[in-house]
Parts: sequence; C-alpha cells; structure tokens
Amino acid sequence: MSNIELPSRSEVEDLLYHEAALLDEWRLEEWLELLTEDAIYQVPPTDVPEGDARNTLFIIADDAMRIRSRVKQLLGKTAWAENPHSRTRRMIANVRVLGAEGENILVSANFAVHRMRYESVDTYIGHYEYKLIRAGKLLKIRERRAVLDNEALRPHGKISFIL
Amino acid sequence: MFPHGATEVAGASSPIAVHWSNKGTIMDRMAEDYIIDDQKAGLFRVNRRAFTDPECLEEERRRIFDKCWIYVGHESEVPHAGDYRSRKVAGRPMILVRGDDSTIRVLLNTCTHRGAMVCRQKSGNAKTFQCPYHAWTYNSRGQLIGVPGEDSYSEAFKREDMALVTPPQVDNYRGFIFACFDRIAQSLYDYLAGAREYLDLVADQSEMGMKIVAGQQSYSARANWKLLVENSYDGYHGLPTHQRYFNFLADTGIDFKGRDLSASPRQKAVDLGNGHAVVEAVAAWGRPIARWVPPFGENTKAHFEEVRRRFDQRFGPERSQRICETSRNLGIFPNLVINDIMAITVRTFYPVSPDYMEVNAWALAPIEESAADSALRLDNFLTFLGPGGFATPDDVEMLESCQRGFVNREVAWSDISRGMKKEHPSITDELQMRAFWRQWNQLMTEPQIERARKVA
Repeated sequence: MSNIELPSRSEVEDLLYHEAALLDEWRLEEWLELLTEDAIYQVPPTDVPEGDARNTLFIIADDAMRIRSRVKQLLGKTAWAENPHSRTRRMIANVRVLGAEGENILVSANFAVHRMRYESVDTYIGHYEYKLIRAGKLLKIRERRAVLDNEALRPHGKISFIL
Repeated sequence: MFPHGATEVAGASSPIAVHWSNKGTIMDRMAEDYIIDDQKAGLFRVNRRAFTDPECLEEERRRIFDKCWIYVGHESEVPHAGDYRSRKVAGRPMILVRGDDSTIRVLLNTCTHRGAMVCRQKSGNAKTFQCPYHAWTYNSRGQLIGVPGEDSYSEAFKREDMALVTPPQVDNYRGFIFACFDRIAQSLYDYLAGAREYLDLVADQSEMGMKIVAGQQSYSARANWKLLVENSYDGYHGLPTHQRYFNFLADTGIDFKGRDLSASPRQKAVDLGNGHAVVEAVAAWGRPIARWVPPFGENTKAHFEEVRRRFDQRFGPERSQRICETSRNLGIFPNLVINDIMAITVRTFYPVSPDYMEVNAWALAPIEESAADSALRLDNFLTFLGPGGFATPDDVEMLESCQRGFVNREVAWSDISRGMKKEHPSITDELQMRAFWRQWNQLMTEPQIERARKVA
C-alpha cells in the first residue's frame, strides 16, 4: 500500500457516472479520453471471476490498442452486433474507494447494465474493479475490470458493446 | 455417404429420393421433405421448418442426440483421481469424473433412489457423491456405498443394482471424451471416420497432450442450433460478416493480399463421412503453433522458428507445415466444433428450443506450453473468438437475424447449393454444410426398423 492521498467517494462517483453517461450515449471517443495510454479493459469468464487473463480464457481482455480498435469498430459500419446500436442504461452503485497500490487508486462499484435490442432486455449484473490514477486535477482509468455475477451470458449471447 | 475425399460430382449417388414436380416450382414441393438434394441440377435446399418446428426438435432429440456420439469433455479437465466436472451434455446433467481407479467415467447426475442431483458443484475433487435428499452415498466410480437405514429394505433390494447410471457407451479419442445413448451404435473410432485425421492434427500439437485452459465461455444464441453448425465452417461469410476483424488485422500490420479466401494456399473443403466435415486453408492470421506474424513481436520470432523446427523433426516438413500453418474448422456431427484457427476453440451447443441454443466454448492448448506462449495464445484467441471477441458476436447476430427472418414462412427454403457442380469446391462453397444436412436428413427420415436391421 502507499501513502498517496485518496480521492473522495463523490469525486470517484462523478467519474463513474460520467463514464456511464458517455457509454450509454455512445460517445465512445470521449470515453477513450477518460483512459490512460496504457489502459486495460477486461471481462473475466463467469466461472473464474478472479482469473488472470494470461492463463485463463477471458471473455474480453483488451490492452489499450485493442480498446481503441474496439471503439473504432463500434463507431464504424460493420460491427453488425452493434449496428444498429443497442440501447443501454447503466446503474452504478455501492461505490467504494478501497485504498491505493503504488500510484493506483483501487475502486469497486456494483453495476446493472440493461441492454435493449430487438425488443429484448438483457441485464448484465456484476461489479467493476477499477484502478485509477491521479493525472493533474483529473482521475484517469488505468484498468477497468467488469466482473459478471451472471452465471452465463444466457440469454444475452454476447458482450458486443462496452460493458 | 461419400467416401472420404470423394467429390460430390464424381459419380456419387444421392441417398435422398427427390420428388420433382413437373409443373411446380420448389415452393410447391411436399411440405414433409426436409431437404432437396438435386445433384443433377446442382441444387440443394433446406426446408426452414427444420429450424423452426418444435416437433422437428423432438425428433432430433430422439433420432440424433440419443443416437450419435456426443462430446462430454476433455480428459485434461479431470487430471487426478476424484476430479470431477458436472455439466449438461445434450441437455442432461452429467458428471465427468476420474475414479479412484484413475478410470474416467460419465455418470448421469441423478440419484437412483428418488432423482435428486448427487453432484451440486460445477467442479472439484471428491471421494464420494452424497445425495443431499436422503444421504445415499456413491463412490467416485458411481457405486452405491451407503444407504441410511438399509435394513428397512427387502432382500430383493441390492446396492449393486442401484449404482449411478452411465451412458451405454463412453469412449475417448485422443483425449476427447464422448458418450452415446445408443447401445447398438458403431464404435467412436468408426463413428469419427475421416474426422480422426483432423483431430490428430490438433492432438499432435503437443508431445505431452492437450489441455482445456481454465475459463469456460458460456453463452447462447436466439437461433436454431444447426445455424451454428453451418456458420462454424462457412468460408463464404468470412469477409462480409467479419470485415471489422479483417480491418483490425490490417491495423495490426498483417498483410493479406486480395482477401480472396477461396484462393488461399492449400485450401479445401472435405466431407469426412457420417456428417462430419472440415474446411482447411492457410489464413491471414498468426497461429500460436507456429505461424509467426508481425503483431506477435519481433522478439518472439526466433522462438516461433524453434518451435517450428521441432515440428519438422517430429513429423517431417510436409505434415509440420500442415499442422503449423493451415487453419481448420472442423464440425463433428452433430454438435461439436473444433476450430483450430488463430487459437483452438472447442465448442459445443445444444437446443433448448427451436429458436434458442446454449453454447459452451473452451480454449485448447498444449500442456507443456510456457506461460508466455499461453498468454500469447489466449490473447490471439480473444481477437476473434468468443462472446466478446471481434467476430463471434457478429456471428451470433447473423444467426439470430436468420431466425427472425424465418418467421416469414412463405419463404420456405434456404439455399445451400454453392459449389455443388464444382469438382473441387472451395472453402467459400457449401459442401461442408451439405455433408452435415445429408446425414441429418438420413437420421431424421430413416425408418427406425431399418436402422435396427442395418446395425444387426
């Protein structure tokens, strides 16, 4: 652990709520600006939620380059699973600032993300594990890990948007 | 069936009676035909009722899933005595377990007393399975070893009659474990037919054996299960459906000229017999074993060359090249797909209803693979495959789109004729799907009495 000054919960909540709004509004280029240059985005498999992507088959394990590619694809015309775009609505709650590790600020938050498409509603439930860093006045996202409580992606079938 | 490697045109005769109506169009055909297989004209059609009709699904459960060899799991998933995995196989709760005698068994997960499931965890290691309802206890071989208050039963009651039930046939081909509910079915070895050659090309990638990597991708599609069969080895959809993936590859520095999949070096589509089929080709992407591409990094190049030399030593240059450089999409009838492409995925699926299936997928890798190689393999897997990859979600989308389109029942037939009159259909043709459908139709329409006689 380190002795860096932790942000207040409300500062972290502002960041997470802003992020949720950008994602729900498909303002993905702006969302990228919340991330550090070396950011990673992961969704572990439902049966090994605590797994390590280097030795466990994840659902998503993007490095910064792949995150940018994912955004480019989603904003392009041929990501068919999201063309037309889904409607999503994110509920972020139980935000906790857990402490720090080096310069990383550890945050967790619960989520319920509803995805509406073709008149079906699929709900993704779980919690986020964030590593944030202080960049001047701002907090930036260095790591976001969406850990699903759903036992399987059924009937969701896929995670085609940014969870 | 076609003999392995034979083409459709070269003198093969259709097992299917085709009733052409002189004046009618295809739409006028008798509704009970599932397929039209007109090899003379070069037309193949599938009745969309096969994707939508609940009665058809009931027939499939009896005639296909209760009669064919069904993939249960891989031996690496239960490496030690007592290790078990409980999972649904063809919709049934089963336990894959390595007994205290090291033998791998498949046990039906239902107490022989009154039915409760005796194994309630997804995986673990156990000496016994105790039913929580009345505490009947079975050992890891499935034998009943404990019955509370056993003295209340008559002399006719015998423990040895009450072991956990196992499917009539269970067998293992190079680590892949299958079960069959038909006691008169042919052996797994014979059943796999030409698919063995392709399982060998996968299994030979390790000197110590292959393993299922931790982490199961459990997902679904609101679509008929046979749409996923077709999709899993469909070269024709590659470029239009997966344009975003090929753009991504280009962005990572992979050069692929012309983008014509049907012109890939050493490409072919093969009917492997018994409904199994494969497409094989050298594709643009890199392969952890052992086809280096720039995105893997210059620092890994020498290592890839070393791995490749080892394969050359083991198998000679020709087979080594085939193992390392060609990609394979293999469909094993009815519901197992092994795609050995930018990584290896083992994928199985089962219909819950005509328009909904559950899918389970895993990554397969050599047991001896180093941590760095394993990380590279899994990273490469996720670029394309799985419910969060850059391709699989678009496949699921297309399957679901087909299923929604089928509601227009006036459009009664789908066309799978592509390449039918070619001597050597390419991977962007549809020979592989016709191989599946012919076997499917055979099993769905064969009079059961004839089948019994044939086996006898």
